[in-house]
Amino acid sequence: MNTSALIIMLTTIIMVTGLTLYFFYKVLTVPPRPEPDSYTDNDDELERQASS
Amino acid sequence: MSANKESWGSRVGLILAMAGNAVGLGNFLRFPVQAVQNGGGAFIIPYLVCFLVMGIPLLWIEWSMGRFGGKFGHHSTPFIVDTMHKNRLWKYIGVFGIWTNIAVAAYYCYIESWTLSYMLHSIVGTFQGLDQDAVAAFFNSYVSIGKSTLGIPLEPVFFYVLCLLLNTFILSQGLSGGVERVAKVGMPLLILFGIFLAYKGVTITAGENGAINDSSVGLNFLWTPNYEQLWSPSVWLAAAGQIFFTLSVGMGTVHCYASYVRSKDDIALNAMSAGWMNEFVEVVLGAAILIPISIGYLGIDRVTELVQLGGLGLAFKTLPYLFFQWGDVLGAVSGVMWFGLLFFAGITSSLAMGTPWMGFLQDEFNWGRKASAWSFGLIVFILGMPTVLFFKYGVFDEYDYWAGTVSLVVFALFESILFAWVFGMKKGWREITSGSDIKVPGIYKFIIKFITPLLLLWVFIGSLVTPKGGDWGAAFAGNWVLDDSSIIKKMMNSSLKDQLAAATDAAQIETLQNTLFYVNASRILLIAVFLSIALLVYIAYKKRVREGKI
Repeated sequence: MNTSALIIMLTTIIMVTGLTLYFFYKVLTVPPRPEPDSYTDNDDELERQASS
Repeated sequence: MSANKESWGSRVGLILAMAGNAVGLGNFLRFPVQAVQNGGGAFIIPYLVCFLVMGIPLLWIEWSMGRFGGKFGHHSTPFIVDTMHKNRLWKYIGVFGIWTNIAVAAYYCYIESWTLSYMLHSIVGTFQGLDQDAVAAFFNSYVSIGKSTLGIPLEPVFFYVLCLLLNTFILSQGLSGGVERVAKVGMPLLILFGIFLAYKGVTITAGENGAINDSSVGLNFLWTPNYEQLWSPSVWLAAAGQIFFTLSVGMGTVHCYASYVRSKDDIALNAMSAGWMNEFVEVVLGAAILIPISIGYLGIDRVTELVQLGGLGLAFKTLPYLFFQWGDVLGAVSGVMWFGLLFFAGITSSLAMGTPWMGFLQDEFNWGRKASAWSFGLIVFILGMPTVLFFKYGVFDEYDYWAGTVSLVVFALFESILFAWVFGMKKGWREITSGSDIKVPGIYKFIIKFITPLLLLWVFIGSLVTPKGGDWGAAFAGNWVLDDSSIIKKMMNSSLKDQLAAATDAAQIETLQNTLFYVNASRILLIAVFLSIALLVYIAYKKRVREGKI
């Protein structure tokens, strides 16, 4: 590949892949909010119930 | 009380569904073609700039509008926008958010059905041993409902109905039980198939399996920057248009999905995650498949010629032939992966298109989930059959142009003005940042208020009065001749009428006259659907007044 094409391609791929992984990682690791939240799968998890 | 009891199962499920809504056939078929036609590698600069100043703001606007409307029990755009200002006319602008989805689903499900059919044809070896012309002829015969290879009568109709039934059944299972489940399976598979095909795309070696070029030739063709094109407004217009279509903004689906998110939960990070996931599929995977493989086997000249016909031609008329250059087994596997990838990209989008209509019926008329899903399937079937039966007369293209192109820009322009100027940026900013898991950069207050609406206005005006050949220099110098692709010329059917005036052959004249008839009939049908939805919105509004809800 020619140098300018390679530079544009690699810069774009690294930036886009990096940001995609960064935001998805953040979604996975951010502490969830206590119930009731918008999602039903975790409704019964005891540690996520709001303290009364 | 509303019959709408939908909810998301998990945050990851919502993001995958939202990414699936955005990732569509255009990621693999439209983006590489646009890049090639608009400056190669330099296209990525306006493309990413437009993503930052138009795409991301629109995502935040739509997510927050949806969540805001959801607070009041609204899950479709007519009544979501109605909650944002006291002027009762806004809800009729919101009709676009249902109409666009129904009209787009009508033809989109048809392409989706091709992918389903082509997957099966790849497995049974239909394309094995065929040359490129024969593969192209197969496609032409298929869409003209010609001879059936599988022995199924009216094969395209059969697959179209099958596809609609599949969509309707999944929708009838609800958000978490249907849409989210499909996204959780479909998106990872799509990425997996994409990585495999991208790997094949970037490892082609000249002289092996009939390849005439190394993959680097295709990648150079796609990525070599032509910086001079950066000064062309047409390139920026194309980049803005691509960002628009790829993110599925201006449709009403993002609002609908986000309306099931509670106020205290994040939308800013969710929007970024889903948006960048779409960009990954488009820029990283989408750019590494269609063009490098096609150029590897056909050469630059032939692909430049084919690119003029759009991505659909390359995807269905060329790639099935090229895959079989890798041998019978790998050819079949690659065919299944390619059309499987397109199928998942398509179905995750078409499912999203069903949800605003379902949300509307459930909220306003207390319809059950199943009844509203089947009503969507029925309407799409009725509206979609003309695209199947009269494909050659341009019905498909007409739907795509008005519902899948113009309508998106119009609705997004209105919603950006509503959000930033009517609802107000102060309240709007509070909606975007409420419950946010990331710090939203303050500069976006300015971008959302000024840059995004102006950019959208420019895209709209640029499409309305596109100068001949995209020559903006000549247009600004005073010689503003409209191009046939401009909205005004399209509305006047100028291109068709010119062809008709120049035609001398009786058969050609008859075909053109038929095309003109079907084009106008399609428009009347689309307008009738829009007015019917507007009438339903009016009835729903009156019902709300009677019940004392307003």
